[in-house]
Amino acid sequence: MLHRTIERRLLRIAIVDESPARAAVIAEGLRDAGLSDITIFADRHGIAARLEALSPDVILVDLANPRRDELEEVFALSRAVARPVAMFVDQSDVAGIEAAVDAGVSAYVVDGLRKDRIRPVLELAIRRFNAYARLRAELDEARGALADHRTIDRAKALLMKKRGCDEPAAYAALRKAAMDSGRRIADVADALVTADRLMGEL
Amino acid sequence: MTRLRFGFLPLVDAALPILARELGFAEDEGLDLVLVRDLSWATVNDRLLYGHSDAAHLLAPLAIATTLGLGRPATPISVPFVLGLNGNAITLSPELAAQVTTPGAPGDVRAIGLRFAAVVRAMPRKLCLGVVHRYSSHDYMLRYWLAASGLDPNSDVDIVTVSPPFAADALASGEVDGICVGEPWNSVAVDRGVGVIVAVTSQIWRRGVEKVLAMRTERMAADPAATDALLRALYRAGVAFIDPARLDAIAAILARPEYLDGSAALIRGAVSDRLLFAQQAAPVHVPDFMFQHREAANFPWVSQAAWLYSQMCVAGYVSANDADYARAQGVFRPDIYRRALRPLGIPLPGASSKLEGGIAGPTGVGTPQGRLILGADSFFDGRRFDPDDLAGYLRNK
Repeated sequence: MLHRTIERRLLRIAIVDESPARAAVIAEGLRDAGLSDITIFADRHGIAARLEALSPDVILVDLANPRRDELEEVFALSRAVARPVAMFVDQSDVAGIEAAVDAGVSAYVVDGLRKDRIRPVLELAIRRFNAYARLRAELDEARGALADHRTIDRAKALLMKKRGCDEPAAYAALRKAAMDSGRRIADVADALVTADRLMGEL
Repeated sequence: MTRLRFGFLPLVDAALPILARELGFAEDEGLDLVLVRDLSWATVNDRLLYGHSDAAHLLAPLAIATTLGLGRPATPISVPFVLGLNGNAITLSPELAAQVTTPGAPGDVRAIGLRFAAVVRAMPRKLCLGVVHRYSSHDYMLRYWLAASGLDPNSDVDIVTVSPPFAADALASGEVDGICVGEPWNSVAVDRGVGVIVAVTSQIWRRGVEKVLAMRTERMAADPAATDALLRALYRAGVAFIDPARLDAIAAILARPEYLDGSAALIRGAVSDRLLFAQQAAPVHVPDFMFQHREAANFPWVSQAAWLYSQMCVAGYVSANDADYARAQGVFRPDIYRRALRPLGIPLPGASSKLEGGIAGPTGVGTPQGRLILGADSFFDGRRFDPDDLAGYLRNK
């Protein structure tokens, strides 16, 4: 889903703004630029589920939207609404735009921006988001692998101490338990380490 | 004159940058300090990152989270100056407050916490408490109090985000049952009769780090002269903040439409540590409620950044790792503080880190410039935080 290609005619946009007037101005600008698949969310309550149902290509928020802290918390909690966010800003210069693109997944749509620039900016937002999401997934995977490795080492050490066996034998015991129970070796190791922590003082 | 744009949220603890401008300290240091007001922390933080502002009044944990790249690409932020300690409160709906405290006066936060825990367990529905951000000391102080009172902050209550200017409204509409927010927004809720203050955060941690001066590290390093001038102007604003003769003038400045746009009377109360705990009650003096200047309150102790990181671990926002712990501590920059303020000839702490919660009563510490007295910095449950033993602290939570 993250790698969905952007089809030129089907850019689906969600505008989140509790001010209907501001949302209308943004929507009008987008329509003028030939972007017609636009949904406005004026009420932030229950927005995660509605955004998930809509599955927009990009979410547009005003930089100075007073409710951004609440919205970002919703976005942080709901992986389902992990979507590119682009921002309308009230002031800018070239350096500001570059800093914005470097600093966030959000691209930067400036008030009064030339209409032929809106689509490329939104597409940039989506590309940046996808690149970032990929990077995050790889990083999480690498961290997970490292944590797994440490847990397995700890479980092996426990087995070696309690059973008086060597490392290959300890690993073989873990692997057999994993195969017998249909679980990952790291999960079996984790259960063992947790059990030892709980029972260790008995 | 060097022009510096300074982002802030309408809160009493944005006082030092506002006063640095309005009382002429910034100008005296050669700075044209332009204040940029916003209504959400996300906006203040983004303006800092996008270069719309050069410096900002920011939640200390948000500066750390931005540096660590939580939820967004990492951008290194530096905190060379703390804008104040504490100044926040926990305000509950009047019905709830009546069940846990004697409305109108401060009480024993330990006993109030235990009673609140009993109320939470007896309620047929989960209570909902608002904090200003997941990366805020408000969130961590509230969680600390709940946990020490026997509750699991992640499962026994719902903790949601409400931006400060909307906190009193959220309480009034029943969207939340309680809020942990900075002033004047507790007093606004009390004044409207929609909330009762049950605890102030200085009762939870006597010297809890609050808002900070945040700058992009790159921006700060690019102009050391302007950075140092800004720190000196803020320090001098701190001296003015605690001068009783200036109290009325300060409250009037902060209340102006371009700053807090609020009641000078309520703001005056917060600045002078005199709070209305309930509507129609008499104001009560709470010593050390807002601690903006004395005892080197503006010094960015590295151990304070360390404590904030420990609480991010406890809350489950991050899993502890040594590299991130080091980066989090590196956000606080006592070296810049010392460099900027040395010309003022004031006592500068020689150490950069301390055992948080380890000072039971006024204690003199030596500095190259003379003696500095630090007051009690205890946590209400008596725990201490040793920044050199994060793992041990997290094990014994």
